[in-house]
Amino acid sequence: MRQTIELIGEFGLLLRDSLSAIGPSLFHGRGRRLNWHNLWQQMNRIGIDSLPIVILVMASIGAILAMQMAPELGRFGLLPVTADVVALATFREMGPLVSAVVLTGFGGSAIAAEIGTMVVGEEIEALEAHAIDPIRFLVVPRLVACVLMMVCLTVVGDLAAIVGGMVVGGMFLHLNPVQFYEHAVQLLTVGDFVTGLIKAAVFGLEISIIACFLGLKVRGGAQGVGINTSRTVVMTIVALILTDLFFTTVFFFLGF
Amino acid sequence: MDSSDTKPRQPIIELKQLHKSFGDQVLYEELNLQVFPGETLVVMGGSGSGKSTLLRILMGHLPYDGGSVLIHGREFADYSRRELNAWRLMVGVLFQTGALFNSMSLRENLALPVRQHTDLPEELIEIMVKIYLQLVGLRESIDRMPSELSGGMKKRAGLARALMMQPGILFYDEPTAGLDPVSSAQISRLIMDLKEKLNVTSIVITHDMKAAFEVADRMALLAGRRFHMIGTPEQFKASPDPLVRQFVDGLLDGPLNPKADQQAYEADLLQKDSV
Repeated sequence: MRQTIELIGEFGLLLRDSLSAIGPSLFHGRGRRLNWHNLWQQMNRIGIDSLPIVILVMASIGAILAMQMAPELGRFGLLPVTADVVALATFREMGPLVSAVVLTGFGGSAIAAEIGTMVVGEEIEALEAHAIDPIRFLVVPRLVACVLMMVCLTVVGDLAAIVGGMVVGGMFLHLNPVQFYEHAVQLLTVGDFVTGLIKAAVFGLEISIIACFLGLKVRGGAQGVGINTSRTVVMTIVALILTDLFFTTVFFFLGF
Repeated sequence: MDSSDTKPRQPIIELKQLHKSFGDQVLYEELNLQVFPGETLVVMGGSGSGKSTLLRILMGHLPYDGGSVLIHGREFADYSRRELNAWRLMVGVLFQTGALFNSMSLRENLALPVRQHTDLPEELIEIMVKIYLQLVGLRESIDRMPSELSGGMKKRAGLARALMMQPGILFYDEPTAGLDPVSSAQISRLIMDLKEKLNVTSIVITHDMKAAFEVADRMALLAGRRFHMIGTPEQFKASPDPLVRQFVDGLLDGPLNPKADQQAYEADLLQKDSV
């Protein structure tokens, strides 16, 4: 019990220190510089590499939603509403959540494994020995990259889902693609879009912080790296779903 | 110490009754030591005696449980984050494995601390990188990745990186461990050169007795949770103390005999059998 409380406390401290280090890291100061090259590398690795998977998965989800909903809605003469359902479910829920799950598998596990390997190889101690703060040097670029790329991936994923629904609707469900698009656009509000993006940004923060935390907590060599890498995936997915539930509840009661 | 000195030398680092434990396991009970400017102090001891832990404490990576660590006369535990960073910039550390950043070339490894802490132009940093790589004989390897280097080359590169901020103090953690005799001699030569040319103060953790006697001004033997003996290499060579003799001469029998645990071993075996 005490260990769990300590662990939560350490996690909270890492979150606090990382968030408070973002500001100073953007300005040039001795030993405080954000490693721009590292940030660019992380954005590439986390975002660009995940992009094809997110597009594929989200387009498939758009198509699945359309095929699942169209027959039921068609029975009540509401076939065109299929586009509304696909758009709403995607922008508010599926876009951020599915993109986050893909990013967890792609980026979160890689971050935990990389930082864990650095711990084992005394690289973190070497950074500290050179008075370089590992949070500023390692955690902040990954955190910023994850948040930025999560938002970008969610936007792309949302569009991919609409396209997936449109294609399947046009091919198999007698839904005119133009009509599908118009229905989707007419229904969606700025609120739907923004709530999805807020979720995406928070999910990005969660993925990066959990991965960095468990990476930095690696003990015991290669086995420890493996254990904490798989823990990162499991814990992040649980945290994502609980956070999603929290946000959905809050937005529900706020009337968004 | 030179008796002709009118003013007594002030130690850079002073340990007073230092206590450190991990859970129930007591590592040090009362560690007392002084490190003076410009000297090379070799700390020796068996595996698990806490030599590397001592360096971690002196780098501020590990807290200590009791006693004092005085750096320039000030209690180390009272150092602020800023003071700790200033101390770390004064100290260069050669890690046991070299601890190079695996995702960076040697050039990037050496340039990193300078880029992080100074506003020097890239051209000057490049010159510094080449000078220090030349010093350790690795200038030709400037664009190689750490994974492409041998153990000895990694250590030499780690030493070059430790020198980039021109520290006044160097900590060496097992600098010759796992190296062939030639590489080991190269590292020992580098340690001596740095002392002669740059008057660097050094703490060398090792149980390589040949290297220890080559580089040491003073030696300290860590055994039984305290420094068993502190003295010059000549004093160590002449010491009749059985523990010192066993460690220095690498004798199988003596106070450090692992057979001392024979009874516990037998009891353990019998207990297992009865389960």
